[in-house]
Parts: sequence; C-alpha cells; structure tokens
Amino acid sequence: MPKGYQRPSTLVERPWHFCPGCNHGIVHRLVAEVIDEMGLQKETVGVGSVGCGVFSYEYFNFDGIGPSHGRAPAVATGVKRVLPDRLVFTYQGDGDLAAIGTTEMVHCAVRGELISIIFINNTLYGMTGGQMAPTTMMGQVTTTTPRGRGQAQGHPFRVCEMLATAEGAAYVARTAVYSPAQVVRTKKAIRRAFETQMAGLGFSLVEVLSACPTNWGMNPLEALKFVEEEMTPVFPLGELKVPEGVK
Amino acid sequence: MKREFLLAGFGGQGVLSMGLFLAYAGMGEGKKVAYVPSYGAEMRGGTANCLVTISDREISSPLVSDPGVVVVMNHPSLLKFEPVVRSGGILLINSSLAHRDTKRQDIESYSIPTQELANQAGFSRGSNMIMLGALLEATGVVDVTETYNYLVKTFNGRHLDKMPQNMAAIQVGREFMREYRQQSEASIAYA
Amino acid sequence: MSEPILMKGNEAVAEAAIAAGCRYFFGYPITPQSEVLEHLARRLPEEGGAYIQAESEVSAINMVFGAACAGARVMTASSSPGISLMQEGISYIASAQLPAVLVNIMRGSPGLGGIHPSQADYFQSVKGGGHGDYKLVVLAPSSVQELIDHTVLAFEIAEKYRTPVMVFGDAMMGQMMEPVFLPEAEPAPIDRSWATTGMKNREKPNIIHTLYLPADDLENHCQRLFAKYREIQRQEQLHTAYLTDDADILVVAYGIMSRVARAAVEMAREDGIKAGLFRPITLWPFPDQALFQAASHAQAVITAEISMGQMIEDVRLAIKDKVPVELFNRIGLVPNPDEIYEAIKKKAQEVKVSA
Repeated sequence: MPKGYQRPSTLVERPWHFCPGCNHGIVHRLVAEVIDEMGLQKETVGVGSVGCGVFSYEYFNFDGIGPSHGRAPAVATGVKRVLPDRLVFTYQGDGDLAAIGTTEMVHCAVRGELISIIFINNTLYGMTGGQMAPTTMMGQVTTTTPRGRGQAQGHPFRVCEMLATAEGAAYVARTAVYSPAQVVRTKKAIRRAFETQMAGLGFSLVEVLSACPTNWGMNPLEALKFVEEEMTPVFPLGELKVPEGVK
Repeated sequence: MKREFLLAGFGGQGVLSMGLFLAYAGMGEGKKVAYVPSYGAEMRGGTANCLVTISDREISSPLVSDPGVVVVMNHPSLLKFEPVVRSGGILLINSSLAHRDTKRQDIESYSIPTQELANQAGFSRGSNMIMLGALLEATGVVDVTETYNYLVKTFNGRHLDKMPQNMAAIQVGREFMREYRQQSEASIAYA
Repeated sequence: MSEPILMKGNEAVAEAAIAAGCRYFFGYPITPQSEVLEHLARRLPEEGGAYIQAESEVSAINMVFGAACAGARVMTASSSPGISLMQEGISYIASAQLPAVLVNIMRGSPGLGGIHPSQADYFQSVKGGGHGDYKLVVLAPSSVQELIDHTVLAFEIAEKYRTPVMVFGDAMMGQMMEPVFLPEAEPAPIDRSWATTGMKNREKPNIIHTLYLPADDLENHCQRLFAKYREIQRQEQLHTAYLTDDADILVVAYGIMSRVARAAVEMAREDGIKAGLFRPITLWPFPDQALFQAASHAQAVITAEISMGQMIEDVRLAIKDKVPVELFNRIGLVPNPDEIYEAIKKKAQEVKVSA
C-alpha cells in the first residue's frame, strides 16, 4: 500500500511554472485528486483560461482546451452540449472570470449549464504583473491602484453571492487553501461541484481564495496569513448553495 | 415568357400571402419563380410589399424596376407604385382604401372596392382574396382549377377551415373583374 | 428528383445545415438573420441536436469553438454587427484548426447601419477581421438554392482542411424565396481523432490550444497554417464566367449583385454592347487567374458592389491594372438591372466600343 504523498495519475509529472508560494499548484492537485477518486480521467474535458491558469492543460493528464480570455464557460458549454455525459469544467482566475468573462459566467449559471467552474480569486491579475482585478479589495495597492483601490475604482466583486441568486446555479461555494483544514474543505467542495454536475443538478462553482506572494510583495507565509486575515472578511468562506443529493 | 408582379399595401392586408400564392402557382406550373418581400421595420405596421417573378427561364435578377402587374391595396401604395407600372401593364387599385383612379393613360387600370365586396360576401376579412381573384381574372397567370391547392400551400396548410371562404372570396373577385371588363369593352364599343 | 420546395433564404441555410449533418447551432438574434435561429430552435431538437440562444455573439462563437473541439459538426449565423463581435473567436478557431461554418447575412453598416442588403463585410471576412495571420474561406452564393449548396460545401471544405468557412448572404437573400431542392446525402464524416472528447480510447490526452510562446513554435505554427491555405488556394477556387470571351466591358460581381449584373449584361448584349460577367464564388481564395483570363479582351472593367468598393481591390490586383477598373455601387439596396446597364453603356461609350 502506498504511503504518504502520491502524485495523482491525472497530474502530469512536470515542474510548475507557478511562483513560490502560489496556491495554483495546490488547487490543480486537488482537482486532479478528485477526478482520480471519481474515476473520471477518461471522461473529463478541462477548459483552461488566460492568466496564470493558462497552462492548466499542460499539467492535467486528460483532454484539455485553451480558450480565449474569459470565454471558457461558453467553450465549456459547447463541449458539454455535444458530450453531455462527460465531466466538463473550467479553471479560471479572477481577471478572466470576473472581469472580461462576466457575461459568459453569469449566463452559464443562469442557463443551469451542467459544467463546473473552479475560480481562483487572488485579488489581482497575476500573469500580467499585478494589476487591479474586480476582486481587488478596498485600499489594496496594485500596479494600477498605486494609492490603493478607492471609490473611483469601485468595490470588490463577490462572484459567489451574485451567482447564488441564479436558479440554474445548484452548487456555489467559497473556500481557501491557507491551512490543511481549508485544503481538505476545498477538495470536498470541488468534489461536490463535480458530483452536482454529473448528477445533472445544475451549474456549479467553487471559488478558492488564493495567495499571490509575488504580486502582493510578501513571503509565502505572510501571503497565507493575508488570505486568512484580510480576504476572508471581504469574501466569507462557506457553501452558499448545496443541492439535495450531494450532501 | 417572364411576368413580374408587385403587390403593395400596409402590413396585415395579406399582400405577402397574395405574393406567396403567385409563387406557388408559378411553381405548380413548372415555372421558375422568385419572391422578394419587403421586410424588417417595414413589417411593423408600415407598408408591406413583395415582388414576384414567374418565368420560363432561369431568373437572373429577382428585381425589376418596371413590373408588368402592380396591385396597390391602399392610397400610399398607389402614390408610390403607380409610376413604376410598365407601359402597357396592369394596375389593380383597391378603391376601398385608395381614393382615386390612375392618372396614367398608357396602362390598363382597374379599381376594385375589395372591402365592400368582401362585406357583401359576408367575409369582411377577405379583401386580399377578392383582389387575388381580380388579379387572376385580369392576368390569366395561373390555371384557376388549381387555386385551392395553391391556397393550401400559401397558408402552409394552416387555416384549412377558412379555405372555402377564401375560395368564395376569390370567386367574387373574379366575377367582379369579368363584369368590369365586359363593361369597359362595352363602353369602348360605344365610344 | 423530388418536388422543389419554396423556401426563404434564411430557412434554407438552416435546413441545409441539418441536411449536411450539423446538429449544433449557437446564435444570437439579429435582423435580418433571425429566421436561421428560429428555424433551428425548432428543428434541431427534433433532429436530436442542441441549440442555444447565446447571451451574445461573443459567447455564441465560443460555444461553436467548444462544440468543434468536442468533434461536432457545428454552425453559427449572424449579421454584420454580430459577425464583428465574433472576430476574436474566428481567429482562435482558425488557429486551433477547427472546422466550423459561419454564415453572415450581411446588413447595412458601419455601426448599427441598417437592416438593408449589403456587401460591406468583404474586407472584414476576406482580408482578415480577427487578429493575426489566418485566412477564412468565404463562399458567395447568389440564390436560395446556392445558399443551400454552399452551406453544404462549407461543411465539406471546413472539415477537409480543419478550418472555419464563411458563407455570405445578404438581407435580401435571407428573406427572398425561391424553389429549392434539399440535398439528400450529408458529407462523409471525417477523422476526428484530434477532438477533445475525453481520453476514452486513448492513452494520451488531446489538447486544443492556440498559445505558442517559444518564437520558433509560433513561426512553425504559422507556416503550417499557410501551407494549408496555399493548398486551399490551389484546390478550392470557384467562379463562373458568362459571355466573357469577347467581352469589351467586363462586369465583376458576387452574390445577389451577380444576378442583377447578369440581367444588365443581357440587356447590354441585346443593345449590341459586348458585355460579360465574371462572378467569383469563392471570395477567398479569390479566383484571380480566372479573372485575369476573363478580362483578356476587356477594354474596361466594372465591379458592382453593395459597398463603397471593397472587392474592387482584389479585382485590380487580379487584372494587374491592364485596363481601368471602375466601381458601380449602391448602398442600402440591391439596385435594379437598368442601373448597372446604364453604367455599362456609359463605359462602352467612353472606351468607344458601343454598338
């Protein structure tokens, strides 16, 4: 019997391109573990995004698509309508999902599209160098809010709370990965999202609050602490919507 | 042989159905046909018109600037389309809604009180069918024994219960036109 | 052969797609194309397919992208402003080498323009539209029957070369009715072992993407695409030439304008003017050598377009400025044949070839 850390079979053996302390790697691994455990490697089509998640198809050992910026939910919709029995999910950051891709995300939820979105919220655009995202918190300094986000730049966008109002959205949860306990909860949420989809219950989304030490100008431990202490008050953790049948 | 029909009125008068009827009738006789409707904003309560071409040969352009047969179902259509009738062509005017006869001397023109005729026939919504009957009589464009079949196709098999009424209205229009022409010929003979 | 059916252009496109074996359609309402959407909304579920009225043309083209990735025969249709919104997606579909059919029932523009017939999207689709080095095959039918035939042909070309193909219509062709025959056989299925359908019978994942970060990779990718485009240029050019052999005045027109121009050429011939018509059917690949030959006797060339003059640039390139090329154009309507005939007559007098 294997002991300790095992690489999920749906994760390719390849070094991450992510910065030290970034949480993308953890979430990739959790997605892979859940697909392994559900035995869906050969049934899965993953749809990536543009941003730090752009290379997701290079890490996952299942079929993958690299769509244009923000359009992953529409692309996933096209795939799912053709292949209704497959597990189809998107992996998107907050710039991709909550700014340029807002329309696609909202209407996917409104249609109750049978796909799942894994949404990485690290409060800024990581890949392009740390610009403000719709999720940037008030007062937070980014390269495009040098004096901190103020009224003129609007307020942080709470995706889960908004999507939970859509009747088509069946499972909506916000989690984090700043501690082992939170990692376990995130994995459970991803599993519930995928189960919701495979049971045909509706649209599902898991928002994962993630650290971006590089663009936050912190070391990895400070960054995890920032998620716990600064982000969770603005983006409260929890399951906002859970359908009967996956509880 | 190529004939073009321009049918004009306001939306809801059934001019597009008349056009469809002609297109099906042309097809029924093995001819090439083209049907070009006006559309869009014009459909929303404005004017509606369509151009139907029936030809023995391939139809190069579905458009023509001087159609040989023009039907105007209301006054604005009369003003707009009276000038385009080909010299020697036929203009059919719905005199229930167009308030004068033609001013042109170089065309055949008939004024038909379609609404009054429809009311008399007990089918007040049948003025387009009255006009269609007049048109068939005036132009001889189709074999009228097939009229029922073309009507069924025109309405896509819907309103089948209305078909006897439609046929009756067409017959009223034909008879009106036949008498009209006999009288015109008689008056010409007297002149 | 069965009986012809009287069909509206937009419905014909929709039925042609079904006859071609397309079962997936993603679109957004826009005049004068909406009947394609309405017809398929009713028909595709009957045929066991799927239809989505997307939230925008941006989403619609990306649903097309996804369905094509999943190995489906897929189509979208829109009209000029909506096609503008799809340009990003078209660039991705071309780069990802996915087969897809796009229909543009062109309307007046720029901006919101109008809902009139138009041919003003020639530059957009024939010359590019989206970002980057790619080509879009563009077919220009001129009748309702050809809308059907070219929709089927579009699927064949799209799948043969794994590339997006555009079918051009216009507001008049979308609305006009003509008797048509529907095709009885659909194109043969192609090998789709590249599709992202889940790894069921494979050990290695299929990946469809358009990102080539190392410069060499991107250069190789573009070279591969253009080798394919050169093959399409060799194999797929289509045109018709009508009375061009002895034509002093050559009219060049495509789509609905080619029919009006043909009537004008017939009028000119009746008056003793040697006029001819060259009609490109593929706008890309443009049949330039065939046009060069068709113009060999011409003293003057007139391009007839419902735009401010777009195809005229390709016509000038094709005939290498041997003779003057002039534009006859109207905006917002399909002209009557006499208008083009007058242009032919005037030109014949200028170059002293009138009867």
